[in-house]
Amino acid sequence: MSNDVAIRTHNLTRRFGKLVAVDRVNLTVPRAHIYGFLGPNGSGKSTTIRMLCGLLKPSDGEAEVLGLKIPREAETLKRKIGYMTQRFSLYEDLSVIENLDFIAEVYSLTRAKRHERIAQQLELFDLKELVKQRAGTMSGGQKQRLALAAATLHEPELLFLDEPTSAVDPQSRRDFWEFLFQLANHGTTILVSTHYMDEAERCHALAILDRGTIVADGAPKTLEANINAHVIEVENADMHAARAILLRVPHVLSVTQLGVRLRVLVDRSIDDATGLIQRELRTANHHVDAHHARPSLEDVFVAATQLRTREHAV
Amino acid sequence: MNSLRRIFAILQKEIRQLSRDRLTFGMIIGIPMIQIMLFGFAINTDVRHLRAAVADESNTELSRTLTADVQATQVIDVITRVQTAPELEILLRDGDIDVGIYIPPDFARRLQQRDRSAAQLLVDGSDPVILGAARQLTNMTLRYDTDAPQQPRAALFDIRNHFNPERRSAVNVVPALMGVILTMTMVLFTAVAIVRERERGNLELLINTPVKTVELMIGKIVPYIFIGLIQVTLIVLLGMLVFRVPIEGALSNVYLGALALIAANLSLGLLISTLAQSQFQAMQMTFFFFLPSILLSGFMFPFAGMPKAAQYIAEVLPLTHFVRIIRGVMLRGADLVHMLPDLRALFIFTAVTLTLAVLRFHKRLD
Repeated sequence: MSNDVAIRTHNLTRRFGKLVAVDRVNLTVPRAHIYGFLGPNGSGKSTTIRMLCGLLKPSDGEAEVLGLKIPREAETLKRKIGYMTQRFSLYEDLSVIENLDFIAEVYSLTRAKRHERIAQQLELFDLKELVKQRAGTMSGGQKQRLALAAATLHEPELLFLDEPTSAVDPQSRRDFWEFLFQLANHGTTILVSTHYMDEAERCHALAILDRGTIVADGAPKTLEANINAHVIEVENADMHAARAILLRVPHVLSVTQLGVRLRVLVDRSIDDATGLIQRELRTANHHVDAHHARPSLEDVFVAATQLRTREHAV
Repeated sequence: MNSLRRIFAILQKEIRQLSRDRLTFGMIIGIPMIQIMLFGFAINTDVRHLRAAVADESNTELSRTLTADVQATQVIDVITRVQTAPELEILLRDGDIDVGIYIPPDFARRLQQRDRSAAQLLVDGSDPVILGAARQLTNMTLRYDTDAPQQPRAALFDIRNHFNPERRSAVNVVPALMGVILTMTMVLFTAVAIVRERERGNLELLINTPVKTVELMIGKIVPYIFIGLIQVTLIVLLGMLVFRVPIEGALSNVYLGALALIAANLSLGLLISTLAQSQFQAMQMTFFFFLPSILLSGFMFPFAGMPKAAQYIAEVLPLTHFVRIIRGVMLRGADLVHMLPDLRALFIFTAVTLTLAVLRFHKRLD
């Protein structure tokens, strides 16, 4: 494995009984990148992360994390990674400083190192005022800053974040991402799972997961450019009626209302997508204005998951 | 070295959390205090002053002596006298008396012939404790019966009671109560402490750190060993000061015996914590174990009186063995060396549950 790859997996698979939670996942995550896992609940994001940490044994396939074979060398790996769970998992009945002290001891930092790192983290994550406050009494945003401070206290090379922003307000989320970029600039690799499109867009690269499989991956811009669907916007229509008609058209993947417009995804194999939509609506006596639009990451996500659903149905 | 640091970090954290958890902290001190007061004062199997009536159809000097003697035991108080046996039965049925004494007209002749019992006791058998007390009286009458009628009082009260000459229940109850309290609190505390960590998501964080299973278990268990010893001290002090319970054996033996029970209970708590999904479940499982412990261990009912099947179950319970050990050490002044079979049983219980707990804990992570 070359030195600039943090994670590489080959056909990584995990089964729970008959359920295949993660199905032959192939990943390559470069160092110092923020890599996103985008997918709905139950798409296998958490299971994949847990396998990469060495918490779950893969049923099949291989994984190499920071040059270590997983799960065989998981214990060695644990010192080099940080992990932030979906829900706040520090001790609510301990104060900020007591929590950080505990984590420092668990990672066996030297006394000098411990003082230095805790001071740095308190400064960086704006927790100096809260040092003596019990974690349980803090706000969602504060808790999350503490969790990130704790997860990065031992300066891990690789950071796993499992839906880290699901319980915080938009401003805290923006701040949080600023911290992540700072960490990445200092060389930390970050694997973050999310179901927010705006967060996914900020990643250097991401993988879209659906029912345990990667259905698309790459940089957000590349994914948008390579979307396997036409994105058509329809205006001046009776939204409700037009939507009902379009949903019956075989090549239409999805129809979403966005204010006074309909956003329609049409199978890429169709040559004249705008024409198709206008024709379909005209026969039903709707005269509309349809034109191509720039695909967003959400379109990529919907197109990728919808196409797969159709293949399954056939 | 790092391993010790991690254990110490968990230990320190655990003590901090404990000192902030008012409920648990209150239970550590409160349960021994309340239980020892309740059981020490309320459980009194030494029954006295049962209400009695006498129907003396013989009405001789001999029969009056008998009545006076029975009254002198203090087990009964003769509150009324009636003429016939049926009247006694009515009083008994109505709950006005607990015991009826019927002395037939041919009492003197029966005493001499000794072919059948001279007098009759009618007992309210619905309360086993009263029945037991009455049986005591029967013994006395038999002695009376077999003795020469000229010397009716000879050997009548010659019951020598070793180890608890005043027959105070507290002396029996308090040492065993130490085991009951330790069984209740130790199992519950460890089980809940670990399940709580899982319930609150702390465990998911911990298993991602270099902390090892064994370190986590040791760090979580050690504080409770000390808490157990604090409870033992509290019970011994209360027992000595309030109930004047003697400690015939060495105090160190009391603590060593208690440690063996604490170890058994803590490892059971660990095992429960690997089985329970929530704190509530942990509590249910604890009580599932606690109830037979209290009933079968010999704390409440004499071990010898239980059916074979119950005795087999009781042999598995740590409390049974501890009750034997602690009564031996505290009341009979026995040395632990003489208690080896019971100590061994406690060690085996600890070893088995601890092994199971460690095995189960590993599986959990996967």
